[in-house]
Amino acid sequence: MSDDLRELYQEVILDHGKNPRNFHESDGATNEARGNNPLCGDQLVIYLKLDADGNVEDASFLGKGCAICMASASMMTDLLKGRSGEEAKHMFDAFHHMCTGEGDDVELEEDVEKLKVLSGVREFPTRVKCATLPWHTMVAALSGENEISTE
Amino acid sequence: MTSSNPAEIGTGMYDVEAVRADFPILSRTMHDKPLAFLDSAASAQKPRQVIDAVSDVYEREYANVHRGLYQISEAVTARYEGTRDIIRDFIGAAHSHEIIFTRNATESINLIAYSFGRNFLKEGDEVVITELEHHANIVPWQMLRDEKGIVLKVAPITDDGELIMSAFEDLLGPKTKLVAVAQMSNVLGTILPIEDIIHRAHAVGAKVLIDGCQAVTHFPVDVQALGCDFYVFSGHKLYGPSGIGVLYGREELLNAMPPFMGGGDMISSVTFEKSTWAKLPHKFEAGTPAIAQAIGLGAAIEYVNGLGLDAIGAHEQDLLNYATQQLSSVDGLRIIGTAPNKASVISFMLDYAHPHDIATIIDRAGVAVRAGHHCAQPLMQRMDVPATTRASLGLYNNRADIDALVRALGEVQEFFG
Repeated sequence: MSDDLRELYQEVILDHGKNPRNFHESDGATNEARGNNPLCGDQLVIYLKLDADGNVEDASFLGKGCAICMASASMMTDLLKGRSGEEAKHMFDAFHHMCTGEGDDVELEEDVEKLKVLSGVREFPTRVKCATLPWHTMVAALSGENEISTE
Repeated sequence: MTSSNPAEIGTGMYDVEAVRADFPILSRTMHDKPLAFLDSAASAQKPRQVIDAVSDVYEREYANVHRGLYQISEAVTARYEGTRDIIRDFIGAAHSHEIIFTRNATESINLIAYSFGRNFLKEGDEVVITELEHHANIVPWQMLRDEKGIVLKVAPITDDGELIMSAFEDLLGPKTKLVAVAQMSNVLGTILPIEDIIHRAHAVGAKVLIDGCQAVTHFPVDVQALGCDFYVFSGHKLYGPSGIGVLYGREELLNAMPPFMGGGDMISSVTFEKSTWAKLPHKFEAGTPAIAQAIGLGAAIEYVNGLGLDAIGAHEQDLLNYATQQLSSVDGLRIIGTAPNKASVISFMLDYAHPHDIATIIDRAGVAVRAGHHCAQPLMQRMDVPATTRASLGLYNNRADIDALVRALGEVQEFFG
């Protein structure tokens, strides 16, 4: 088994992939968006419950996808709770940069460093979108858009 | 031609190792592992004979076709046009001018939808397809529906992936003007009973388009015996270059159809007031065509003919049986597409791993498969799966390729099982 595969499929990812957290529809979601990856058929819906100031009170998701996509959505929804819209977008920038090397050189804040387990996708260009799909969908939901596609 | 004879097949024995030696790419590795290429249904590898034919054109006699009044242009025109004769014989067409060169089967179907569909179908007319079609045989008809108001009807399949003939027949009627079906499913491997389909469609006065992309690589096709009106396929799945495809149409229909694109090569005369069209086949071939690619396709067909489609089909069927048996022993594996009459394609699900994860892990073991919806999203919905992993066989695959796949799936199980 190659090292980069072990790096990609770390225990944490396999665990989140098999037992995704926040895997349910949300009661009283204020924002939701559907994300599609037409290349592989991954589909998910991100539910956000925002308060009057735009802070994330609750986040959850439903969908079908590969282990990377499910783990990414699971960890993302865990970390979103209690953050402001601004912080959520900053998290997106840092995560996106980590996975793709593109965009502003934003580092992950200390309290979300656990997302680094997903950085293995950088060695698998065809899998980057699996990791970033939930995040693009989350940003769409925050902006009030209903649907995004990664192609 | 510099191409040598295809690998000798011996006396009734198909020598797959000799065949493999004709395909340079099969000797390379992927991630330092021997390459087990199981994605020929997406695009097939090319034998040395095809590679040589293409480079020979560029090295010795490349020029534009149908124009130059000099030796190499005449020579390359003769080879290019000669390829039409090879294809005519390969699919049993009556005339070489019934063979139209396109970029691929997708373009061939779009040509039919644009030229035949726009001019001979009207609001309320019906086009019948099946649930197992590739997007290339769905979307052009949806575009025509939105533009012309035709009605698109979809014949259902069983859970095994077989066409339900009685339901198909129920869709046919006086309004049916075209039946457009795949001869073989690119996802399930199902071979459709097209003789029966053509017979029933013609009985209600409909024309029939057969998408032969997957079929022509596995068994002999005779368009005259079948009686189909249109037959399309791509060169790149038939061990030829990409960028070249074929549309066969019956002469009478092609003559009645207006051009698809306007430009050079497709005209008889042009003034600013009026242009007149060239005769078949050039009426449908505007602009400089894919010259070397067409000649490469001719070489690919000669290669396939040299091995014999009957021998190729028998080899692939034997390997399909072996693969089906071996894969069935993998824990948690379910094959999608279990029609009794199928060829060369195995789609499957593992109940503990997503197709995309499977493909990534086995890639590192040197095994190339396709994972995803295979350009057949409606079929995925019908079979109630988000995606499948697909192993597809070509004339060069051997048992070692299947063994590599099964071994690699063991590694998937280590991770996810």
